[in-house]
Amino acid sequence: MELVKPGININFVGAMKWCVIFSLVLTTLCVVSFLWKGFTYGIDFAGGTLVQIKFKQNTSADSIRKVMTGIGISDALIQPFGVNEVVVRTAESTSDVKGLAGRIEEALSAAYGKGNLEVQRVEVVGPKVGKDLTKKAILAVLFSWVGMLIYIAFRFELRFAVGGIVGVIHDVIVVLGIFSLTGKEFTLTIVAALLTIIGYSIHDTIVVFDRVRENIPKNAKKDLPTVMNESINQTLSRTILTSFTVVLVVAVLYVFGGAVIKDFAFALLVGVIFGTYSSVFIASPVVLAWEKYWPSRPRRKK
Amino acid sequence: MIKSISIRAAITVVVCLAALFYLIPSLTDNLPEYWKKNLPADKIPLGLDLQGGIHLVLEVDTNKAVETILSRSAESLKETLMEKKVRFRFVERTGNNLSAAYEFPDSQSKAAFEKILQDSYPDLEAGSSETRDGRETVTVRIKEKRIGELKKRAIEQSLETIRNRVDQFGVTEPEIIPEGKDRIVIQLPGIKDTERAKNLIGKTALLEFKIVDEEHPLAEAVRGNVPEGSQLAYEYRIDRESGRRINSPILLKAKTVMTGSALESAKVAVGDRFGEPYVSLKFNTQGAQDFDRITGENVKKRMAIVLDGAVYSAPVIQERISGGNAQISGSFTMDEAKDLSIVLRAGALPAPVTILEERTVGPSLGQDSIDKGSWAAAIGLIAVALFMIVYYKLSGVVANVALILNIVLLLGFLAAFRATLTLPGIAGIVLIIGMSVDANVLIFERIREEIRAGKTPRVAVETGYGKAFLTILDTNVNALIACLFLFGFGTGPVKGFAMTLSVGIVASLFTAVFVTRIIFDYFIWNRKISKVSV
Repeated sequence: MELVKPGININFVGAMKWCVIFSLVLTTLCVVSFLWKGFTYGIDFAGGTLVQIKFKQNTSADSIRKVMTGIGISDALIQPFGVNEVVVRTAESTSDVKGLAGRIEEALSAAYGKGNLEVQRVEVVGPKVGKDLTKKAILAVLFSWVGMLIYIAFRFELRFAVGGIVGVIHDVIVVLGIFSLTGKEFTLTIVAALLTIIGYSIHDTIVVFDRVRENIPKNAKKDLPTVMNESINQTLSRTILTSFTVVLVVAVLYVFGGAVIKDFAFALLVGVIFGTYSSVFIASPVVLAWEKYWPSRPRRKK
Repeated sequence: MIKSISIRAAITVVVCLAALFYLIPSLTDNLPEYWKKNLPADKIPLGLDLQGGIHLVLEVDTNKAVETILSRSAESLKETLMEKKVRFRFVERTGNNLSAAYEFPDSQSKAAFEKILQDSYPDLEAGSSETRDGRETVTVRIKEKRIGELKKRAIEQSLETIRNRVDQFGVTEPEIIPEGKDRIVIQLPGIKDTERAKNLIGKTALLEFKIVDEEHPLAEAVRGNVPEGSQLAYEYRIDRESGRRINSPILLKAKTVMTGSALESAKVAVGDRFGEPYVSLKFNTQGAQDFDRITGENVKKRMAIVLDGAVYSAPVIQERISGGNAQISGSFTMDEAKDLSIVLRAGALPAPVTILEERTVGPSLGQDSIDKGSWAAAIGLIAVALFMIVYYKLSGVVANVALILNIVLLLGFLAAFRATLTLPGIAGIVLIIGMSVDANVLIFERIREEIRAGKTPRVAVETGYGKAFLTILDTNVNALIACLFLFGFGTGPVKGFAMTLSVGIVASLFTAVFVTRIIFDYFIWNRKISKVSV
């Protein structure tokens, strides 16, 4: 079976201008959203208390909210989480032993009867931890970029490294932007997803660049945009196939993986799609632009 | 590249058998007896998010530990000065717990003091001194370079104490490790009563015996005029009739006459009258002597038993108590009494701890996650495998063999190195299923190109692998870089994800490149096929 016919020649380089404009608009929107709307931080980052409760029967969020207000928790966020399950979140966290989580459980047991509910998960994170974690997350992302920049610059050339990293930064901004815009909760696992996306996106980019690197000496007469376009076409089949298999498993994870990793799978899904797009339409134009302003030596001789 | 197919096949078989060997205990519960006895029988360890349990991050207030050491040393220094008949006055300072001050009437006393300080108190040093009206005041503080060491000791002691408590509580495979400068991470799998566990771990359990101050009026102290050398404390009791908690104030002499460090053992006993549980204490030899002397000196006075600042009981000392036994009674439930005896036996924490982070997962949620995760992995595997067969025909089958081997190696690795499998870890396996076929896709696309260019199967396969290899290596190294930072960043569950992902990537280099090549070479060299099904 062949999805992509051999010898296909789509003018990717021609479309790049529009894609770059599209991505500029998109990333600007995302950045505006960070600044203006910000993120809905999970308790990993914001600190707070989370209690996941499974009820025997359907229990409305309103009646749970009443119980919460009854014990003095007025800011409780009550989200449905699977069948007859809810997650109660509050920004407060206490360090005393009984803790908020214990009080929530007690109050709910009193209201609905002890046998009618089961506490599935409790997470309490102090504000101090959140601050440390934010710093660690940002550092992890930045260091991974630097690490890759060095590796690619060493194995390829600096311009490829810069192109690859710009593509990855683009993907991270887009995923963050979608989380900011949709108000999805930003948690520890989303950072894990971001780093995976970084790994995947660069993976995809390298496949294209590797072909470019291989084709340059073979096509000394052609200019870089032409070689780039041929290389993208030659690797198109694998780009689509691999993205397809990865999207396939991530979609499976999203549908069947359970509520706990749904958002994680969602981030991956978005990231993989944009990671594939950015390898072709963002990372490559950066290399071409670089070539335009600082042509590499063999080309200048010509 | 090793040329011989049989040698390469042998390597593959050995590696896969080794992985299977470690993996088998995780797949079945009915291991034969001889296996359990002689061979590795450990299952893949499951993270707390999969098996249920409690994860705590504690912060030890190490500054408080240093303060405590200072105040104890200052107290002891006072006694030494008195013993040596040095003339001095202890200057009470409020609000400053990091230094103590002594006032001397003449330089002779000061010189004697300095000598004592230097000879017997290696942790202390004299700080600033000032002279007023011919009297010199010297402040004493902990030496700067000793502070770090003392803090480290406080962490070590806390770890030790918490380990003791957890061991006595009876948790299987607890994990108690220090993190950073002043944190302790505790993982207790399978714990159901989390509140009790937290109580047990988080209690400072500083047991003190103090004499009740009956010379000064209590009402005056409650109003805020606490006499010098005394302190106001509260006695907590549960009223037997109403079941309500009562806090009654009680005035104590500030001096601690004995502490819990003099204990030899503590155990639960049941009272004769109401059958209520209490904790029976036994002092060690030195403790028994001290207790004998103290009770002898204070007959007819009340002695308060103070735990972490709260008065548990304050009975009247009827007569001198020899033999070194005492008891703490309060309104305990059986569990409370049991836990109190555990913490007293294990000793006090050198400083108070606060719970920074707590994560509890119930056992049913864990099982649910395992089920859903396994489902997702199975469906993902079948979908990808089907796709590969449809797209690459027989070569797809070869890729699927590599894919399955990859998962076997990955799980075998987890079992062999006791790396914890978490829910994100399972997600990592699912992801690896989708990502590791990439190596084969790269190779197969190259082979197709070569065949299209009219090469023979042998040359096509050889160049296909040759050209794809560096690409595969470069892409995987980069993915590993991301994993590396993920590993450094994450806590438990995320680390599990980074672990499965990176092991899967490395394993895929072996299975998708090395192993599939053997199969291709076998068919091309030995069976001399004329067409590659790709």
